[in-house]
Amino acid sequence: MPPQNDRSRSRGRSGVLSRRGLLLTGLAASAAATLRSGGIAAKVSGGTLQAAIWPAPSTFLTAVDVNSSVTLVAPNIIEGLLAYGDGMELRPSLAEHWAASPDGLSITFKLRPNVRWHDGKPFTSRDVKYSLLEVWKKIHPRGRSVFAVVDAVETPDDHTAIFKLSRPSLVVSHALTAVEAPVLPAHLYEGKDVLTNPHNLQPVGTGAFRFRQLRQGEFLELERNSDYWDEGRPYLDRIVFRFLPDAATRSAALEAGEVQFAPWSPVPIADVARLKDNASLIVERRGYQWEAAYFRAEFNLRNPILADVRVRRAFAHAINREGLADTVWYGLVKPATGPVVSTSQRYYTADVPRYAFDPAAAKSLLDEAGHKAGASGQRFSLNLLFQPLNDNFRVTAEYIKQNLRAVGIDAKIVATDMAGYIRRVFAEYDFDVNIGQMANFLDPEIGMPRQFLSNAATKGIPWVNASGYGNPEVDALIQAARVEPDEARRADLFKQLQRRIQTDLPVLPLFELGHFSVHGKAVTGFNTSPDGVTTSLKNVRFST
Amino acid sequence: MRVGLYILKRLAQAVPVVLAIVAVNFILLKLIPGDLADVIAGEGGSATPEYVAMLKQQFGLDQPDYVQFYRYLVSMLSLNLGYSFRYNMSVLTLIWDRLPATLLLLLTSIGIALALGVVAGVTASRKRGGIVDQGVTLFSSLIFAMPTFWVGLLAIVLFSVHLRWLPVGGMTTTGAIHPGPFALLGDIARHLVLPATTLALSYVALYARMTRSAMLEVQDLDYVRTARAKGVPQRLVVFRHALRNAILPIVTLTGLQLGSILGGSIVIETVYSWPGLGRLAFEAVGARDVNLLLGLFFFSSVLVILMNLVVDLVYAALDPRIELEG
Repeated sequence: MPPQNDRSRSRGRSGVLSRRGLLLTGLAASAAATLRSGGIAAKVSGGTLQAAIWPAPSTFLTAVDVNSSVTLVAPNIIEGLLAYGDGMELRPSLAEHWAASPDGLSITFKLRPNVRWHDGKPFTSRDVKYSLLEVWKKIHPRGRSVFAVVDAVETPDDHTAIFKLSRPSLVVSHALTAVEAPVLPAHLYEGKDVLTNPHNLQPVGTGAFRFRQLRQGEFLELERNSDYWDEGRPYLDRIVFRFLPDAATRSAALEAGEVQFAPWSPVPIADVARLKDNASLIVERRGYQWEAAYFRAEFNLRNPILADVRVRRAFAHAINREGLADTVWYGLVKPATGPVVSTSQRYYTADVPRYAFDPAAAKSLLDEAGHKAGASGQRFSLNLLFQPLNDNFRVTAEYIKQNLRAVGIDAKIVATDMAGYIRRVFAEYDFDVNIGQMANFLDPEIGMPRQFLSNAATKGIPWVNASGYGNPEVDALIQAARVEPDEARRADLFKQLQRRIQTDLPVLPLFELGHFSVHGKAVTGFNTSPDGVTTSLKNVRFST
Repeated sequence: MRVGLYILKRLAQAVPVVLAIVAVNFILLKLIPGDLADVIAGEGGSATPEYVAMLKQQFGLDQPDYVQFYRYLVSMLSLNLGYSFRYNMSVLTLIWDRLPATLLLLLTSIGIALALGVVAGVTASRKRGGIVDQGVTLFSSLIFAMPTFWVGLLAIVLFSVHLRWLPVGGMTTTGAIHPGPFALLGDIARHLVLPATTLALSYVALYARMTRSAMLEVQDLDYVRTARAKGVPQRLVVFRHALRNAILPIVTLTGLQLGSILGGSIVIETVYSWPGLGRLAFEAVGARDVNLLLGLFFFSSVLVILMNLVVDLVYAALDPRIELEG
């Protein structure tokens, strides 16, 4: 059954059934009945998708807040110039064509014509210029560094935008998705404070769905944009994002069929096997590769014990990464070989120094470093902080504590909440070992410099180099990758960087972190491309 | 007139208390490490120093603490509880939006708990050590020992997942169009059953135990024995003579529970996704949304003071020996 576009919908805006609508409805119903009787699932347009999310988004502007819920919801309303395909190739979105100049100092975007904002105004190059210069460059937490190389935007006509760069930069076109670079309506934002603009909570975009209502503490409702540029999309009439704070309740809501979609590892990890066995649910692990997140232990090199690389290598031998992945994480994660995850195929290399689980080797290294075991078997003690994101992070800390105890290291686990954790690790450097996740995103140039550049450690700024690590060779590799216009040579620079990090071990990569979504079997069309979870649900539909 | 004067005096006494509470809350919140800018920058996965500085300036966190407190106090005195930068709306609007849900949940569950608890306590006290007494004691101990979140989850698994009689959570069916106010009320009532009953269960145990011991204390007193000797029917002896005197601690407990509007239902509101004030407060702590927290604490402290006043007035009405003195 072909997808029905808006014109073929049986119900008009007034909610009254037209004669043509009735006829089409009848035809569709008989076709669906035929397909059902033949045992073939029919995909249908219309219906309301109920999704469970947490936390509730506090804005719809990813330039202000990029938490998981905002990045899930916002791309349905507000779009970017480009998107990613299944193989991480760039694809058109609001820009139909784009091309870089031979010297790499300008990129020309041909914008899609006949696109309208949800308030009916036309989308033009003025919107792109405003968004880049006033929002992505000035406000977006990642855009500030990514778009720093863009000096100006020329708009020779309504459908052409030319980015003028101070130096060649591949990362600019890699970061033009709805999340990294949301295109905002200049006519509603220009001349007003972006952060307090009321449209951050009542967004107007070009996306497949329009904002309908937000009930604080309860739900957010989006409705179909019947004027959407992508003919025939979206399929759904409405999406209701319910704010369900408790993970076990989200499990129950999925099992009861009250919600048909829940992203971002929404249920307790111990429930995953049960949900996989549920005949009406699917556990989907694709769609999260864009985050390229890995779980790691970061060492505070200001501590003289941890400043010795032999001690850090002893940690690497002492921690059983396979055991951790199989037990605490129920096999849903994979041991990491380095600071770039294997799904980032273009940049990943397995050809790095590795440290097998070998407690005897760990003890030997500790002895060599001068930390002999005392009569009690203990060598030294230190504190171990973990990111308080969910209970599994705490259990991971406990597992590591046991591993370390086996080689004579007494790790004292310190529990905090997120604000306290950020302050303690990134402002006060009051930690010895800090475990948690770190993301490199679609391009390691977004995620790696902040972790490993010697000057990236800025007091009070979260998710940067908190270890105090600095290596001129690493700094040079990162700077070279930033200006390298050749993709293959640039990838090689990132591979060299991985080898260097695995030798120095300022952080110990433990496992590649993979999230998962759960959705009903009767719902199809979820985007499973590497950044799928941060893209529009315009292809999602029910099957009967 | 005397009662009116008493109320006025008590309210006047409450003003410095509330101001002191606001000041202490502000200091305590500032002592906790981290602020809203840390949280928002942290959620982003990455941030630049300029971004964090921009957030701090936007939220007024770049000012010294005393300036922040002075600004807050001035705005509070004009009944403006400030702006929640986390929710991008005024604190007062947020509180008013969530208040009805919490009041509905709390009043329903306390109503259920009072009815069941008092009846169970009175019944148990009539034959001390009897099978009913032992049953009530065992049942209330069991209920009291079971964690509320666990009872809540079990109830969801049974009634929502397996039997599919009741919704998993929320206050209304999301996305549903209600044809009239009665349909909406019916929908809310359906959603209220599980959270109100689960919350009531923990209160039932308390009320039953307290009623039982209070009744046992008064039933051997002279005036009860006299009433029996005069031939007053047993039902009247229990409810008019004994229970009226035994009810005072129950009134206190009810007043305290109504005052603890924020803390009382956090777990239930989280498990059942109930859009109330308890959950709002819990989320505000995690987000270090100081303005919202101060607003909630202010609101909560006013409520506690008012409930104490109401309890004192009810005491005087129930027990003529108690006089209202300002």
